[in-house]
Amino acid sequence: MNAYQEFKVIGSRPVRPDGLDKVTGRARYGADLNMQGQIYGHVVRSPHAHAVIQSIDCSKALAMEGVLAVMTGDDLVKPGNEMLGGGEGAMALKDVVPMVMSQGKVLFHSQAVAAVAATSPELAAEAARAVEVVYEVLPAVTDVHKALADDAPILHDDRFPDGYPEEPTNLATHISLTVGDPDAAFEKADVVIEHTYSVPMCHQGYIEPHACVARVDPAGRVELWCCTQGHFTVRHYTSAVTGIDQGKIKVTASEIGGGFGGKTTVYLEPLAVVLAQKAGRPVKMVMDRGDVFRATGPAPGAETRVKLGAMRDGTLVAADVECLMDSGAYNGNPAGIPAFMATACYKLTDARSTGRSVYTNKPKIHAYRAPSIPQVTLGFELAITELAAELGMDPIDFRLMNAVEEGDANMMGAPYKRIGLRECLEVARNHPHYQSAVAEGAGRGVAMGYWINAGMQSSATINVSSDGHVAVLTGSPDIGGSRASMALMASEVLGIPFEHIHPQVAATDSVGHTDVTGGSRTTLATGQAVIQAAEQCVAEMCRRAASEWGVEAGVVTWSQGAAHHGENTLTFEQLARRAGGMGGPLTFSSSLTSTSTAPGFGVHICDAEVDKETGRTTITRYTAIQDAGKAIHPDYVEGQMQGGAVQGIGWALNEEYLYNADGVLENPGFLDYRIPVASDLPYIDTVIVEIPNPLHPFGVKGVGEVPIVPPMPAIAEAVYQSTGVRFRDLPLNPPKIVAGLASG
Amino acid sequence: MNKPLNKMAVQATINGEDTAFLCSPGQVLAEVLRDELDLIGTKIGCNTGDCGACSVLVNDRLVCSCLVLAAEVEGQTVETIEGIARGGKLHPVQQKLLEHGGLQCGICTPGVVIAAKALLEHNPDPTEEQARYWLAGNLCRCTGYDKIIRAVLDAAKTMRGEAA
Ligand code: FES
Ligand code: FES
Repeated sequence: MNAYQEFKVIGSRPVRPDGLDKVTGRARYGADLNMQGQIYGHVVRSPHAHAVIQSIDCSKALAMEGVLAVMTGDDLVKPGNEMLGGGEGAMALKDVVPMVMSQGKVLFHSQAVAAVAATSPELAAEAARAVEVVYEVLPAVTDVHKALADDAPILHDDRFPDGYPEEPTNLATHISLTVGDPDAAFEKADVVIEHTYSVPMCHQGYIEPHACVARVDPAGRVELWCCTQGHFTVRHYTSAVTGIDQGKIKVTASEIGGGFGGKTTVYLEPLAVVLAQKAGRPVKMVMDRGDVFRATGPAPGAETRVKLGAMRDGTLVAADVECLMDSGAYNGNPAGIPAFMATACYKLTDARSTGRSVYTNKPKIHAYRAPSIPQVTLGFELAITELAAELGMDPIDFRLMNAVEEGDANMMGAPYKRIGLRECLEVARNHPHYQSAVAEGAGRGVAMGYWINAGMQSSATINVSSDGHVAVLTGSPDIGGSRASMALMASEVLGIPFEHIHPQVAATDSVGHTDVTGGSRTTLATGQAVIQAAEQCVAEMCRRAASEWGVEAGVVTWSQGAAHHGENTLTFEQLARRAGGMGGPLTFSSSLTSTSTAPGFGVHICDAEVDKETGRTTITRYTAIQDAGKAIHPDYVEGQMQGGAVQGIGWALNEEYLYNADGVLENPGFLDYRIPVASDLPYIDTVIVEIPNPLHPFGVKGVGEVPIVPPMPAIAEAVYQSTGVRFRDLPLNPPKIVAGLASG
Repeated sequence: MNKPLNKMAVQATINGEDTAFLCSPGQVLAEVLRDELDLIGTKIGCNTGDCGACSVLVNDRLVCSCLVLAAEVEGQTVETIEGIARGGKLHPVQQKLLEHGGLQCGICTPGVVIAAKALLEHNPDPTEEQARYWLAGNLCRCTGYDKIIRAVLDAAKTMRGEAA
């Protein structure tokens, strides 16, 4: 039962508090701050995908007039086996440092090997070219199968996955789980299908490149401004990478121009700090778009073998899933999620699920919206659709027969609480889109998706000013409207107008620790901290009113922004004005580790038409349905659903990292790495299904990540229905479709 | 001895004001707007003409300011996002983007506002398809364009004097 059942402002659609600055160009993003006396950093990057660095000579660069500092990997800590939390899951320091700068060995093209700082960006670029690096070039491997072959070049001779003998391999991780007896279940199944599906490596594609500016004062105190999904994580990681105490580092999060998981770590920040320290001047660094593609963590490509068994009546009885993922050059831990979550939408008591990840000479993979789930879901959901067809069943009916509900457990063991997957399927089945006839020549696909949703740590502080306005400080960068959600939640609890609430993203020294804006956790967990701080404010105001009226605090009630007892009323504003004489300033903080998280589910319906001559696929109609718990600000819930769906559409149809034989990325720009543009798309219809999360006071659950999960299998099926040819390897770009149609 | 600076002086009308700046011959307009004139509302997403975040109007023509040399605007009229809301009043495109929730991170928003303003000056009554093709040069990774297109068409309606 949720603590709050009825809402006054939650669910309304006010203009976001930061909107005005963003439509008028005043909002400052990563590259928009200049510090007095700043100079400019530039990174020297490896022209080879695999090499031993024999020497780095920066002397010519440093001798140039206007060049004030140079650095190499020797200026960063030498990582042992320390683990860092705080991003989206734990990461080893030895997997973070080399993504900032290599130390001795280069494992992917464009990896940073040195950096310079100079008085102008042009001079810094020129100085970077003057740095002399001698490489011993080694053969590169970018394909996961080749990387596992006996004769593959080995990337790490000092890393051995758990449970394997200590001999060289590029296998990074291997996780396998079994529930029940899948082999016996396959034996008794009436129908068994087995296919292999693949999804390419792709990039988050945020429009804002990484950028930061750092200043170090003579006492060694660091001020860092950067675009990030988590400035506390930046502080932690920068400290770990440079060896500077966290207490000496203050990080301010700029506005952030997209992240989608990709800005939950550090790349430039530690370099700017080290260069600023050496130069004694602030250092600004902005990453070039090509380097964003070449040298920041993309999403792993994956190959998934799926074997499913069902009875003739439509009962799914067995599953065996094996997902092989590309980790890039270091361990990005992509394999656990498919192993644990591949089957999460289905009642399955007998299943096996395996995830493996492999080192290749590419940048270490990083989180991208529902990390690793879209890849395995392409396989699992498309196989489900293929199995439904084999059974002669409607794909939604088949899913309804087998979808999880309250009390069912997934591979992680814990039974679900109240969830809305079946409701989403019902909505889909009855939706005018699904009820309509498919246009001549087009095809229709349906798929569902799951994401676990994160909780983690959040903090909020509420400061009441003497006119009754309220500043709400949180540590969550606002990547897509979270200030509006925080203000709505504070307004709901306090009972004062939305316009009187002024939400802010506070720097690391001004609010309690807060983990990244990621994992669809901000509205849930940071929102919870805001709700708790607001409840403390209400309790204190009631206590003050009670003592004014000479009654017990317990008999004072709070409604409509005022304390009440009998005839007596004191409004929020009155209590704020008189705070000085009634006990002092009104300021309240709450910090928590949220344990209120609930998984999210969605169902997407896609109509697509394939031009049989050109191979071009047009999405003609698209509907996204999602269990959003309680939608705080529906515009931004719909926005997440639409944006996630379109990222999935891009991945399904076009987006793909293309490497040449030397391990050089061939499409490191928006011209050749083509993300969806407005003219590629129809409107994305949305239906928000509200099944309140029973663990959260307002019923909130994360919504941001689920929507990227269903598109790939939904589109792949629509393409099959349109063409009659089954494609199981993405992306479904025109050349692939034309070739597929030709070979029938 | 100091090296010659090799800078040129340029005069242009920027957001209605006579403005003079120094730039090097190879410097692009986007960089000068941002770094010399502190007009940071013009964003740089790619520097290669592929994302539209740097969209500005030069003599009412929509251009990517990362592809225009700063020296080229000598004597010309430049309008950036900072000049769109005049006298404290938002342009209808800005207002409708706010009302429809047509931005998430907002990094594409200045470019979208500029491009949509140019569209509605050319074509006060665009179809959905025309709006989509006109804005195809403005990448947005967050919204899926749905609410952007709705906002632009709604702004067109307002500007035509029709009730929303
Ligand atoms: S920055 Fe000019 S088009 Fe991308
Ligand atoms: S709102 Fe983020 S790129 Fe458009």
